[in-house]
Amino acid sequence: MIAVRGLKKRIGAQEILRGVDISVGTGETLVIIGRSGGGKSVLLKNLIGLMQPDEGEIWVDGQSIIGLSERKLASIRRKVGILFQGGALFDSMTVEENIAFPLREAGERNQQVIAQKIAEMLEVIELDGQQKKMPVNLSGGMKKRVGLARAIINRPSCILYDEPTSGLDPVVSDSINRLIRRLQERYHVTSVVVTHDMRSAFHIGDHIAYLHEGRIYFYGTPAEIQASPDPLIQDFLIGRASRAD
Amino acid sequence: MVVRFLIGIGAVVLSFFIYLGELVVLAAETVRSAVTHRMRWRLFLRQMVDIGLLSQLVVVITGGFTGAVFAAQTYFQFNKLGVASGVGAVVSAALFRELGPVLTGLMVTGRVGAAMSAEIGTMKVTEQIDALRALAVHPVDYLVVPRMLAMMISMPLLVAECIFFGLIASYFVSVNVLDISAPYYVANMVRWTLLRDIIMGLTKGFCFAILIVFISCHKGLNSREGAVGVGRATTEAVVNASLAILISNFFLTMFLNVIFPAGWQ
Ligand SMILES: Nc1ncnc2c1ncn2[C@@H]1O[C@H](COP(=O)(O)OP(=O)(O)OP(=O)(O)O)[C@@H](O)[C@H]1O
Ligand SMILES: [Mg+2]
Repeated sequence: MIAVRGLKKRIGAQEILRGVDISVGTGETLVIIGRSGGGKSVLLKNLIGLMQPDEGEIWVDGQSIIGLSERKLASIRRKVGILFQGGALFDSMTVEENIAFPLREAGERNQQVIAQKIAEMLEVIELDGQQKKMPVNLSGGMKKRVGLARAIINRPSCILYDEPTSGLDPVVSDSINRLIRRLQERYHVTSVVVTHDMRSAFHIGDHIAYLHEGRIYFYGTPAEIQASPDPLIQDFLIGRASRAD
Repeated sequence: MVVRFLIGIGAVVLSFFIYLGELVVLAAETVRSAVTHRMRWRLFLRQMVDIGLLSQLVVVITGGFTGAVFAAQTYFQFNKLGVASGVGAVVSAALFRELGPVLTGLMVTGRVGAAMSAEIGTMKVTEQIDALRALAVHPVDYLVVPRMLAMMISMPLLVAECIFFGLIASYFVSVNVLDISAPYYVANMVRWTLLRDIIMGLTKGFCFAILIVFISCHKGLNSREGAVGVGRATTEAVVNASLAILISNFFLTMFLNVIFPAGWQ
């Protein structure tokens, strides 16, 4: 579903990605972990053409997206949902208008269908009764869940999650993890999940990729990464500041 | 020394032409989108309310007081020459040709252009533009097209409104305060206000609408670096649009005088 070869991206003088190779099969969940500021969000934005890489190739659903115009990218973006790290809600719209935005843009005019899907989504993200609020009046975790609902309401075949559970309490976190799992099992959604939450990484990931210094430093199943003797990986997994390196 | 100076000038000229090029590209994209894509009527109506409806008070006050003061000043000079009844003719020509469109343009820049670049700029720096793009919505379709159409319709109407209230105020000041004879005042005004004056005023309003909308939206779409960046984008949008109005006004005047020469109508 997604393949990336030799992806390089620099912003200003800073080399952020220095040759990233990943591939995600259809229906598979890839978890990307890595240090804060390591370029995970930049990588996700490259995957749907929100940023143009300097070098490298990206295929989504068998189609190369490098150099495509904004209008041509639209057809690919309709297949891919993305949850932004900060939610990126439209602050001039209420919660329910945000959630329904992709539906209306896809041409859905039937108010009943829209209302029913909004209700369904509100239940999934456990924000029933908050649908009339404006995004400025939501907590960080609530924004993120609304962003999640907006990303999945059109049932894209691929979803990119940028830290879906950061800033959420453990109970809601767990229900989001279950949701990601459920989308994968029931609808065979391909997922790329950026997270700092190792528990959820092990829970939802088929594979885990460790992004380090602009490259994929480690790639393997959750079992393999836990068994890895590499000190860098072990430090990251148990959350220990690196010893002299 | 000289070489470095010339390079500096070259860089400024070059970046100016790059800026013009970006504006033209944005305008072309917007027009193409307006012609080929589904119109978002709700957004258009909201912009009509924001731009057309809510700018009226500002424009009425601007027109009214400009007409009043212009009538008074003209009277003070003309009275010395003994041609006080000619005040109406001068005020009307000035309002239609220059004051109406230019002052409306500047006021709308301050009110609407600033809001456009601030709103779009905030959306840019808070990733809302990226969210639009990720949801397969082209920002130009969604943000620029409705604003462009609303401006193109609103501005000529606002200019007309500004002129109308300017004329009313000038009439009131001239007749009620300065004791000019009402029939003479009106007769002179009507006699010396030509169709070409009206066409010029409204054409200028339309052209200023285009300048304001593209300069403001361009600054918004290209703003960066948080709140400071949005503030800077907004300031630059207002300054650039105001200058563009004042500069293009001169060329429009010359151009329209060629199209509608003095003898016309
Ligand atoms: N628009 C931008 N302009 C300039 N630099 C940027 C931009 N976006 C990201 N960066 C830089 O790129 C680097 C990677 O940022 P990114 O947001 O991808 O990190 P991340 O891995 O997602 O971190 P976190 O886990 O904290 O979210 C950072 O050093 C950041 O400063
Ligand atoms: Mg990030």
